[in-house]
Amino acid sequence: MEAEAAKLIGAGIACIGMGGAGIGVGTIFGNFLAGALRNPSAAQGQFTNALIGAALAEGLGIFSLVVALLLIFVV
Amino acid sequence: MAAAEDRVDPIHQFHINDLFDLGTFGGMKFAFTNSALFMFVAVGLVFALLYFGSSSRSMVPGRLQSVAEELYSFIRNLVHQTLGEEGMAFFPFIFSLFAFVLFTNFLGLIPYFFTVTSQLVITGALAVFIILMVVVVGFAKNGVGFLSLFVPHGVPGALLPFISLIEIISFLARPVSLSLRLFGNMLAGHIVLKVFAGFIVGLAGLGIGGWIGAIGPLLMTVAITALEFLVAALQAFVFAVLTCVYLKDALHPHH
Repeated sequence: MEAEAAKLIGAGIACIGMGGAGIGVGTIFGNFLAGALRNPSAAQGQFTNALIGAALAEGLGIFSLVVALLLIFVV
Repeated sequence: MAAAEDRVDPIHQFHINDLFDLGTFGGMKFAFTNSALFMFVAVGLVFALLYFGSSSRSMVPGRLQSVAEELYSFIRNLVHQTLGEEGMAFFPFIFSLFAFVLFTNFLGLIPYFFTVTSQLVITGALAVFIILMVVVVGFAKNGVGFLSLFVPHGVPGALLPFISLIEIISFLARPVSLSLRLFGNMLAGHIVLKVFAGFIVGLAGLGIGGWIGAIGPLLMTVAITALEFLVAALQAFVFAVLTCVYLKDALHPHH
């Protein structure tokens, strides 16, 4: 197999990690919404925490995207 | 790969160009780049907004004054909520950080403008500075007690070395994740925009049928631009919130 082909396949495999980040962000906002519908008065105070959790989960997906970009453009 | 030449290059927008040279100091080339230009523009815009927004000081605020006051009270509430009264000493720092990231993110969304925050060196410098400040403030406020951040309460003695190791690694990963999150979001968003804009050009080159087909990616580009405005504001907010959260560890390492 050519090295160029292996690089592109590797970048594609690395991007699978972003799916995990999508699941994580969806879980966080889904659970936030479920809790907020049960107790809407407490929802406003916890929205910042939901955003922090989403940002932390999303950051790991961004890592895999950066690995993919490194494989395509740098290696 | 013959078609590769006339495809739109999505990475070209991140190239740093020298606008004019400033000479060589100690073997290093110094130049005023487009990145530096847009940082100056962003800082100038923040300064102009706050200066002209606060110069009238009327009881019923005008448009500019409302924006300036909203921005101020938004970050003030954020810092007050997460850090408490003693954390208000860091309010000017966090406000400047938020304003800089927000304005550079928004400036980058204007076509042909350079996105300063899509450079890892910029976000990395900000993140390393923040973490160094957390360490310095932590040791200045708590002395050696700052190290209790790595020793959580109620952990069995046998597990403690492993837990401490994990805590130290997670602390060291903070500047990496803080900088990569902002950089990755900006980079990925702008690449997606360019790729979809390239679809429009490619389809429109096919003739009448292509023009009709190009409506799809055109609408998609508009939708993604709207999403990118949300992401630009959200990432600036997240950057400020995480700085507050990390500073809270420095002020109260015992949780």
